[in-house]
Amino acid sequence: MKRFRLNQQEIVFAVFAALFLVFSILLKGFLTADNMLTLLQNVAVLGILGLAMAIVVIGRGIDLSLIATLAVPAGLVLQMVQNGHSLPASLLAASLLSIAIGLVNGWLIAYAEVPPLFATLASGLFVAGLGQAALFQLDVVQWSDGMAGFERLGQGSILGIPTSIVMFAIACVVVFILLRFTRWGAYIYAVGDNPFAARVTGIPSRPIIVLQYVLAALIGCFAGLVMAASVNSMPTRIFNSTLIYDVILVVVLGGIGLSGGRGGVVNVIIGTLLIGTMLNGMTILDVPYAGQNLIKGIVLLIAVITDTFLNPRNEETAQQGDI
Amino acid sequence: MVRVHRFAFGSIAALTFASVAVPALAQQGLDEPFQKPFRESLAGKTVAYVPVAMNFDLTEGWYAGLKKELEPYGVKFEIRDPNWNTNAGAQAVTSLISEKPAVMVIHNPDVQTYAKLLQRAENEGIYVIQINMGSAYRSSAFVGANWIEIGERQTEGVVKACEGKSNKIAIIQGALSAAASAYTLKGVENILAKHPEIKVVSSQAADWDAAKAKAITQTVLKQNPDLCGIVGFWDGMDIGTAAAVKEAGLTGKVFLATSGGGERKGACELVKNGSFDLDMSYDVPTQAAQMAGTIKWLLSSGVKPGSVKGSEYTTLIPITKENADSQTTCWNLSDLKK
Repeated sequence: MKRFRLNQQEIVFAVFAALFLVFSILLKGFLTADNMLTLLQNVAVLGILGLAMAIVVIGRGIDLSLIATLAVPAGLVLQMVQNGHSLPASLLAASLLSIAIGLVNGWLIAYAEVPPLFATLASGLFVAGLGQAALFQLDVVQWSDGMAGFERLGQGSILGIPTSIVMFAIACVVVFILLRFTRWGAYIYAVGDNPFAARVTGIPSRPIIVLQYVLAALIGCFAGLVMAASVNSMPTRIFNSTLIYDVILVVVLGGIGLSGGRGGVVNVIIGTLLIGTMLNGMTILDVPYAGQNLIKGIVLLIAVITDTFLNPRNEETAQQGDI
Repeated sequence: MVRVHRFAFGSIAALTFASVAVPALAQQGLDEPFQKPFRESLAGKTVAYVPVAMNFDLTEGWYAGLKKELEPYGVKFEIRDPNWNTNAGAQAVTSLISEKPAVMVIHNPDVQTYAKLLQRAENEGIYVIQINMGSAYRSSAFVGANWIEIGERQTEGVVKACEGKSNKIAIIQGALSAAASAYTLKGVENILAKHPEIKVVSSQAADWDAAKAKAITQTVLKQNPDLCGIVGFWDGMDIGTAAAVKEAGLTGKVFLATSGGGERKGACELVKNGSFDLDMSYDVPTQAAQMAGTIKWLLSSGVKPGSVKGSEYTTLIPITKENADSQTTCWNLSDLKK
């Protein structure tokens, strides 16, 4: 007898649908095309970061240095241009820095076999410290004239759709193709599902782990550039914020288990939409800050508890690294 | 009569003496009796500086300004950078008390955390100067902006700009735990109480974060495209608010008032390009100079720490299109550091 069962992805989608419905009925001005675009625009950067985190989490890792790779390379671009370097040279330097961060993370985790939680926690602190101590004059790196035109990456619109949403969409498509249609993508799933079996089958598991972190760092850098372009500055202090929890939340809530090997781009989109809908609705309602955290917490708890009831954990599905 | 006579004679004698003596003195030079003790009271003294964090225009500017004024007199500096961590800051203050610097310059993260510590420091014989964000303890000196006044003047600007328009305004607060944010909000409320016609459609905290400020403003503008003004609490954050206004194509229609330290790139240039309509500046170099002056006075006076207490509220500079071009309205961090 087959029991009716929802997985977490569907539960979160149901919560999202319910919230969306309630807001649409009760909030005047919620269900308008304009507001929908704003809703998406506000979470576009979070969504792009979610994609980066998803790649790593699917490969059974976690990247806590993601916010540092969002802030520091993008900040470097703004700072270098401010100091008189050309924009292409600055972008190249930022990409190289991101790749270096990814390589170091990957090497630490794949070859030195440091648990990803600690490796990326440390490397994130290092990168943020490097930025503060050596690269930036001020925490908030300001836009300068040499950046003219680059703000279009995060402002304005393409065919009526705000650019940051378009950037999120592009990132989604790229990551989707990578995960579904390339050998590397298949390897990432294999390594995430069972690293030992993957190695036995002949998959180059260590280089694949390095690849995950390099990809995550590059996507992080891209998200940083979109964010900088959208607010005309790079507040590098964002490293100290709780943004990393929101990113993990998007990923986990969307249904990508921290135990690896499952989930995909769709999950990130669902997770992002739920967070976006909550934030947007509460801003329209002008809910005070403390109330917002309370509501966010309650909704998340409901989603997680429902999942635990409907899909109880057992020894078969629980794995090491499951948080 | 005799007395007058004697006085006249005395005066003449004195004049004669002076006319003879002055040239002689000028050749020898005249010792100014107070400068030596002044120099001695400053030389080798340590000023400890505990901001909430380094690496942003305000705290870097205060430090550069203090150094410029005091280092030539042989004053040594010690920075403790808690990097936005209140606990680390409290620890820094505690350890400084046992190191006994002559002066502590403290930038409080909130009203309570350091209050007891600062009192202890003054009891131990350390002068405490609080900058821009005060604590519940009143120390030798407070130098800084009057946040209530900032809130009031920003709101006055917004209310004036709203005349004859929708009268709908939004408030973008800083972090809820910060006293500066709460005081500014009080100032806003003071003015709004006098203008019942003004409707606040949104009052949200953006945590001093430009991206959050942008997200909130975007949503608010979509719901209220006829908004006539926004009161923002810090120019570093309101870059995001301004970006949202610009994207909505409402620059010039929505009056954006904010406040900050008046650094050129963060204030004047953003007023010039229309991002901000009013930026209340608490001119950082002036604050630094006032602190330096206070430190000079305290050290040379030799008063017992904690026995005198006073405040020096900063005279605010409203930066608008009219004065944003002027060389003296804003300051450059790079120049101040020279």
